[in-house]
This record gives sequence, structure tokens and C-alpha cells, in this order.
Amino acid sequence: MTGVRTLPPLVGYALALGDDALILAQRLGEWVSYAPQMEEDIALANIGLDLLGQARTLLSYAGAVEGAGRDEDDLAYLRDDRDFRNVQLVEIPNGDFAVTMARQLIFSAYQYELYTALLDSGDPTLAGLAGKAVKEVDYHRDHATQWVLRLGDGTELSRARMQAGLDQVWPYVDELFDPADAAGLAGVAADPAALRPAWERYVTRVLDEATLRRPEPRWRSRGGRSGLHTEHLGHLLAEMQHLHRSHPGASW
Amino acid sequence: MVTTQAAENLTALLAAARAVPDPEIPVLTLGDLGVIRDVRAAGDGAVEVDITPTYTGCPATAVIASDVQAALQRAGADQVRVQIVLSPPWTTDWMSESGRSKLRGFGIAPPEPAAHAAGPVRLAFSVRCPHCGSIDTREISRFGSTPCKSLWTCRSCTEPFDSFKAI
Repeated sequence: MTGVRTLPPLVGYALALGDDALILAQRLGEWVSYAPQMEEDIALANIGLDLLGQARTLLSYAGAVEGAGRDEDDLAYLRDDRDFRNVQLVEIPNGDFAVTMARQLIFSAYQYELYTALLDSGDPTLAGLAGKAVKEVDYHRDHATQWVLRLGDGTELSRARMQAGLDQVWPYVDELFDPADAAGLAGVAADPAALRPAWERYVTRVLDEATLRRPEPRWRSRGGRSGLHTEHLGHLLAEMQHLHRSHPGASW
Repeated sequence: MVTTQAAENLTALLAAARAVPDPEIPVLTLGDLGVIRDVRAAGDGAVEVDITPTYTGCPATAVIASDVQAALQRAGADQVRVQIVLSPPWTTDWMSESGRSKLRGFGIAPPEPAAHAAGPVRLAFSVRCPHCGSIDTREISRFGSTPCKSLWTCRSCTEPFDSFKAI
């Protein structure tokens, strides 16, 4: 099958947010046993676990609203890359620790504004999740902020690598704030474009304090929300899905 | 009389649910932790229990649900349905005083009031060492052995310890 499925807006929206959390959780899990310190192994696994919890709520909800009998596992393990609606930011490889921290700063600052806005959603499930998740994301954002400050305002080498990390992930920023994602969901979804000013204020303050330069990319990613992904997502899914596909219904 | 009997049963079932130990920190009961939201009789004769997770991804949630189910069946309920509710979100402020002192005895610093963590300016309070009581302590990592804890060390007695994060 090619081409993204047309879904009811609320199903698509819950999948988009859920897929962002699920794919980034999988990426952060790759750091376990490879992080620069044992404490970071634990921190990144914890952050990934929070994201996985959010993903489970969102994918279960998408399946329930769709009403076609798909549960969270069907949606996580039995869709192909063209049916995933995550932004490309979360699927790109981890790179070095600075690349991962740049991505964490961008994403957790975005998620913080997203969940804050969803506190007022007319949809009780989304508002309920937001109330829970915003407190978790507050810790994620603070964790990324501390690292960006320490590396940016650190040694010449750490600063250069932190700047390179930012340069590498910045082309993927705009996709987070595409207003098309909330179309047809007034009062339910958070308008992505409206999240940007507060995001800009937060991130700019961190970059300034870290003596880092805001990148000015000459290209921008697009299409993740409609199923267009980088080559990296297929590899990630192969690893994430193979156990479930080889042994359907396996549990322990 | 039947309704009084039913109400007494529900009170007993609520106590049974609250007495279940937490699977990750067994020194605490679920009642100490404040995660048992409600126990009620459903129309079809089943008993419904609402529990709320500490963190959305906490792996202990599934174990808690099955432990509560088993405890209520032991306490005489035939059919038990456990529901996970997220709203209103759990906060460490719901932890009981007895829970806080049990945590300290177990070597885990209890959470400070969540209002301190949620203000516009993040205030860094020192955490009292649960071993020697010193406040000369330092955070090693914001993330510890479970989602709900951070990792600290004490400069006075040099012991590392977990601290329950205010949320």
C-alpha cells in the first residue's frame, strides 16, 4: 500500500502526537549502555519511558476513536513507515551526545508548550494526558537545558560540538509548528503555530545564556505528518517491530 | 440494611486496596502513595477501582493493577475491574505523612511540597540526607532508579541516596 491513509482528524492528531513520543522513546532507548555517564544512561531511559507512557495513551485513544479494533500494539507494531505521522526530527539518528541534547531541547520545549495548551482542550482524554505529561516534560526540558548550557558555555571543544549539534537538527524545527496539523480540530487540538512564540522565547534564552548561535538553515524538513519520512525511520521500525511481527501476541 | 452492608463492604475493599504494597518501594502501601482514587459498586455487581499512575510510563502500573485485583478478590469481591485514570494528575502532595516517614526510614528522602517545583522560578532546595540528617547534600542526577526518584549524595556521611521527586 502506498500513500497515507485518510483518517478522521482526531485520529490523525492523536496518532501524530503519539508517534512523535513513540519514535523518540525508541531513539532514546538506543543510548542505554552507550551514554557518556551511567547517570545519563538512566536519565535518557527515564525520559524515553515517560514518552512511551504518553505514546501508549495517545495510540490507545487513536485506536478507540477510530473504532476499527486497532489497539496500541497494532498501531505501534503493525504499521509501515508511510503510515507513521511523526515529525522527522524524532526519527533522525542520535548522532553524538550534543546532537541528542540539541534535539531534546527543541522537542521538550515544544512538548512543554503543546501540553500546556492542551490543558484547555475540550477533549477530556487529551486534557487529562496533558495535565500528567506537562509535569514530566518539565523535567525533560530542564535536563536538556542544563546540558546545552554546560556544553555551550563550556570548553572550546564542547561549545563547537554543541553548536554543530544545533546546526544539524535545526532544519527539522519548522515541521513542529505546521498549522495544517490541527485543521478541523478547533477547541480540541493545540494550534501548532500558536505554540511557537513561547517556544522561541524559551529556546532563545537558553541559547543566549549558553553563548550559542541560533542556526539559520537553508532547507527545512517537511512531510512527516503525511507519512513522508527519511530513510532512517524504516530501519528504526525494523528493529522496533521485528519481535512482535515474528511472534505475534508474544508477551512476558 | 442491604445498602449499609454494601457501604461497609466497599469501605473494607477500599482499605484492602490501600493496604497493597507498592511493587517498586514495598515499604509504602498504595494508600501511602495516594494512587487509589476510588472503589465503587458497578451496576452489574462488579467492583470498580480507579487507580492513577505516578508517571504515565511507570512500568509498575500494570503490576499495581493486577495486585489490587488479587487483593480485592481475596477480600471477597467476585468480579473486579481496575481502571487507570490520569486526571486529575497524581502529585507527591498526596503522599501520606506516614508514607513520608516510612520513606525516610527506608533511606529515600521524601518529596518536598510540589508547589516549590512548579513555580515560575525553579528554586533549588537542598534535600536532607535520610541517613544522617545533614542538609549538606548534592544532586547527582535528576533521574534515578525509577521515574519518580532522583539521585543524590551526602557530603557529610558520603552515602548516596534516592530522593522522591516533587511532581
